[in-house]
Amino acid sequence: MDRAIRLRAEALKAHFEAAGAQAIETSILQPAEVLLDLYGEDIRARAYVTQDPLRGEQMLRPDFTVPVVQMHMADGAEPARYTYAGEVFRRQEQATGRASEYVQVGYEVFDRATPAAADAEVFALISAPLAPLRLRAVMGDVGLLIAAVDGLDTTDARKQALRRHIWRPKRFRALLDRYSGTSPIPETRAALLASADPFAGAGLEIGLRSRAEIEDRIDALRADQKAAPIVARDVAQINRLLSIKGTLPHALTALTELSKDLTAIKPAVARIQERAQAMASRGINLDEIEFEAGYGRSSMEYYDGFVFGLYSDDAKLPPVATGGRYDALTRVLGQGAEIPAVGGVIRPELVIALEAKA
Amino acid sequence: MTLKLGVPSKGRLMEQTFEWFAARGLKLSRTGSDREYAGAIEGLQGMELVLLSAGEIPRELAAGRIDLGVTGTDLIREKLPTWSDKVEAIAEMGFGHADLIIAVPALWVDVDTLDDLDAAAAAFRARHGFRLRIATKYHRLVREFLRDNGVADYQLVDSQGATEGTVKNETAEAVADITSTGDTLRANHLKILSDGLILASQATLFQSKANTLRAADEKTLQAFRQMVNS
Repeated sequence: MDRAIRLRAEALKAHFEAAGAQAIETSILQPAEVLLDLYGEDIRARAYVTQDPLRGEQMLRPDFTVPVVQMHMADGAEPARYTYAGEVFRRQEQATGRASEYVQVGYEVFDRATPAAADAEVFALISAPLAPLRLRAVMGDVGLLIAAVDGLDTTDARKQALRRHIWRPKRFRALLDRYSGTSPIPETRAALLASADPFAGAGLEIGLRSRAEIEDRIDALRADQKAAPIVARDVAQINRLLSIKGTLPHALTALTELSKDLTAIKPAVARIQERAQAMASRGINLDEIEFEAGYGRSSMEYYDGFVFGLYSDDAKLPPVATGGRYDALTRVLGQGAEIPAVGGVIRPELVIALEAKA
Repeated sequence: MTLKLGVPSKGRLMEQTFEWFAARGLKLSRTGSDREYAGAIEGLQGMELVLLSAGEIPRELAAGRIDLGVTGTDLIREKLPTWSDKVEAIAEMGFGHADLIIAVPALWVDVDTLDDLDAAAAAFRARHGFRLRIATKYHRLVREFLRDNGVADYQLVDSQGATEGTVKNETAEAVADITSTGDTLRANHLKILSDGLILASQATLFQSKANTLRAADEKTLQAFRQMVNS
């Protein structure tokens, strides 16, 4: 690690310790199984995978969040605040010029008391040391879209399918088009559902996926065919939601207005309101925060609520800091336990590079 | 100095490559015994023939150890990230056609599209406790294709040969492999997804971008390109 980057990382870590965080370390080698289970095959394209004869497949840590959550869920006190500094490793398959090894300094809060206050605390503590860089702050809340999907007047199976693809916007859109009748049912599926014996001419029974499983899916497709389409008004409301963009106060006005029709998002909007108040009381100027309702959908799969990023003017540079709320991740890794959790990371080498340019 | 041309060292692909160059006035031949991988080029001065496994040609091109090479587009795309920075396709040769496709058991009457595959994968994971396995040797191409198309809950398992047999052997639920006629797939009770074409590949002549050529080699290259593109 470059000495200047190490010193800056230590200084940022000290800043978080001064705010009450406990400094922790995690292993660089992480069991691949946990990460693969969480992120799926995509993580292989982004993380370095290596083979250990005794411990099996291992990955060079692609982030700190997973090991920190695991550590906390195993034996953490409550509430807890942690800070850490160290390298993360990301494979770069495209020639983007992005670093494949860089330092992250993080701050994570596990606290049940008032999530809105914890969100504001993380945002304030991460942005404070970066204030001289005059970064652009972007904020979103994945909970809005999750709430809108849950509130749809349609079958549970459809809601489940849509929720599964919240973080894959293209497939999400394709499903929504299908369920609302905007895109036609594929010919082969129509033929299958119309046929008296779907298995006529089917091949030999091979493989682990059994005939019973195929029959189950045909039943599910039949049930789906009978379900009424999602009405155009509901699709339009989701589109309206995803198009909301502006300063935080403006976006809140638009969200409050939308929630009169789209009542399912009311609790999510109230949470954003509360968070905004907690941020304002920490002296953050809300007019300088851009809110995008669709922010965080394509890059931050474990965030399921508040998400934020701090950006420089240089569009080629990755965000200098990112973070968000990941309550569901604690549930997945907690083996029955769960706790509201929020955190963020700063990349000190970008801070140094931007200071040098200024 | 000479320009090095790498071509596949055996089989039908080598024969067709030799025929293709012969039709353009370049006589390629193997020299020495049948077992020795040495070759000669007649018809253009300043060139040297290198016989290589088709699978190694992408790497040799990227490293600049050969200046020109014949291999499949599938191998170039799979083995060379940012391939277009490293090689330039000079000519598609019109043989060695092969499609990289996704195939599932013909029994899966409910699965015809990627949309179906994604839904089947979700149900499979819920039922079996692990992600639906797709056997392939084209990890990068398959993963990028499935990511771009928003398919989740699958995992890739490595299969370097006899991939079509993995489903029957229950080491995979589906396969992503190269096919030209589809006969092997059918014989193994598999069918191709209707939107599962990942890449249509054929034998292609590539030029390396790794080396700055000397004036004499540059002249040879221009003459060579004129011959092969005529």
